[in-house]
Amino acid sequence: MSVAPLHVETDVLIIGAGGAGMYAAIEAARAGCDVFLLDRSLIGRGGATVMAQMTVAVALGSETPDHWSHHLDNTLEAGRGLCDERLARLLCEEGPHCIREMDDWGVGWARKDGRITQAFAPGHDRPRCAYVDFLNTGPAVSKTLRHIVTHTKNIRRAGDLIVVDLVHSGDEVVGAVALHLPTGAPVTIAAKATIVATGGLTRLYRRNSASSNMGGDGYALALRAGVPLIDMEFVQFFPIGHLAPRLIGMDPIMWDPFRYKLGGKLLNRDGEEFTSRYGSSEDGRYVTTRDVATYAIVKEVEAGRGSPHGGAYLSFQHRSESELRAAFGPVVDRLAKNNIDLTKMAVEVAPIAHYHMGGVVADERMQTEVPGFLVAGEAVGGANGANRLSGNAITEAVVFGRRAGLTAAERAKAMPKQAFDPQAARATTELLTSCAPRKDINTAAMIAQLQAVMSDDVGPFRTEAKLTRALTAIEDMTKAVGERPIGSGGAFDLVLQDWLDLRNMLTVARTVTVAALARTESRGAHQREDFPGMLPQWHLNQLARLDADGIALTQVPITAQAAAQ
Amino acid sequence: MSLTAQLKVWRGDKPDAGEWEHYEVPFEPGQSVLDGLRWIRANRDPSLAIRFSCINANACKECMLELDEKTVYACTARLEAREMTLAPLSNKPLVRDLVTEIAPPAERFGRSA
Repeated sequence: MSVAPLHVETDVLIIGAGGAGMYAAIEAARAGCDVFLLDRSLIGRGGATVMAQMTVAVALGSETPDHWSHHLDNTLEAGRGLCDERLARLLCEEGPHCIREMDDWGVGWARKDGRITQAFAPGHDRPRCAYVDFLNTGPAVSKTLRHIVTHTKNIRRAGDLIVVDLVHSGDEVVGAVALHLPTGAPVTIAAKATIVATGGLTRLYRRNSASSNMGGDGYALALRAGVPLIDMEFVQFFPIGHLAPRLIGMDPIMWDPFRYKLGGKLLNRDGEEFTSRYGSSEDGRYVTTRDVATYAIVKEVEAGRGSPHGGAYLSFQHRSESELRAAFGPVVDRLAKNNIDLTKMAVEVAPIAHYHMGGVVADERMQTEVPGFLVAGEAVGGANGANRLSGNAITEAVVFGRRAGLTAAERAKAMPKQAFDPQAARATTELLTSCAPRKDINTAAMIAQLQAVMSDDVGPFRTEAKLTRALTAIEDMTKAVGERPIGSGGAFDLVLQDWLDLRNMLTVARTVTVAALARTESRGAHQREDFPGMLPQWHLNQLARLDADGIALTQVPITAQAAAQ
Repeated sequence: MSLTAQLKVWRGDKPDAGEWEHYEVPFEPGQSVLDGLRWIRANRDPSLAIRFSCINANACKECMLELDEKTVYACTARLEAREMTLAPLSNKPLVRDLVTEIAPPAERFGRSA
């Protein structure tokens, strides 16, 4: 193989073509920049946006009077005191603009009497969640943005490119090195501004609701680029992920919109509603927030009152067939193909890794502390504190994407040419070309093993013993995969891809675990069984950086307060 | 109840120089062909090239291949206790094994950049 890498030059490089990356691309191109939008999967197909079958929280006031400040109040309350208020405010304040712009682009928000329908969701003080029927919110957002990206001048697009490292020049990020999966060739990309829009880390867990390419790439890129991460201990588990019977062709979080519409009863083995035991009485309505519902289901299973596969039952049997048909539409037929008839049976649900509150530290312009390096979407940390409010993820993707595109364009337009020294990329291109096969390790099995460790010991309920055991396992696996890439280096070499993924996933898994071990309290999505209860002295954020000894944590005052001082 | 599917899988990176590999794949009723291919990677051979992103939701539409000469999504086709023949899409350029070039030309690196 030739060692001379292929080279691309652009004003703005965007890594990840989900909702955040595509909105960023549109905005930067509209501002007059040349954009290179890449994805490790295909454009607009991978990531989390396309999987989001649910709703978008935004203060449109089309159902009842609303104002972004009410949305902000609810967001901050859900975040249990840890939100970066600057980011949360940006999300709430600019959400309506993006949602209306996408409406103009034809996304097709569900409407009644001409007004955009807004559903009530747990944690909100009024109906605020727009959606596209039936289960099409994420796919419609993806398709719409993809259409606009395709028809916007100056956006080059390329799938099957996996970014391996960002490239520095002095104190700035000047581009990236990627692996072109179909050929195995290294590719260098020079950019005046680089936006990381790679989403979250749900792939660290065995059962998760996002695409297989959400392994925390952006967090690992940031750590290796010297940029801190914030709130990494806060992994959101979605309480009612589908568990059984086996359901194919559907997203495991599909039940949520139907709970918005129909309530639906969460029942234990004995057919009893049980969330009231854990402080939230539902009575057929859907009011319990995600962290409480997750806790209730896990505790019910531990008490021996779970469903056969280790979850809870979700039942719509108290609703009539016509009500089900009206709410579920064609989904009823897709369920029938899986032998599920909701008028006759309950399904089993259990918590599933869904979203990451933590992420890369950035200001309200989406700028990290390293010039030339921006973030967008779920990759950004801080907006949602210790627990994300329902419906805020797509809003965050588009608002932060748009903002990152604007900031990147400002920088790119003020800069005559990027100084990209190929020497600075050499360590990474040589890493790729140094790969060699190994018979003693199955890289795909190793990823499954890491997912088991994270699910069993760094899940929603944590103890010092479990977290310590996880850290040991992560260290052992890190040693086992080694520092030299495994693979044959040919076309679509999934072994090499696995190795690169493990390099990122193990680093990010360690960060989550170290942060969870340090936080000796329970707050929002981080629940320590050995430290129950929220403590005032832990009303602070944790920052994580990579240093010579591993992950270095520091505790800092809540970011908005720090900024105000 | 565990059953076994005999998956006959096309392997190779040149359309006219491939080989058929045979795998015995245990499964529970209801599991998908993609579940079976992922089982092969984790338990038999991680170098088997497959393309998928959303795993189960039929949202990404990336896992298209030919099952018994018919185009299917691997995530929605179910495993069965019989021989099942899996090949790459015959009307798309081959990349490797079950992976073909399915992106629109303007979204392929080398053409777009």
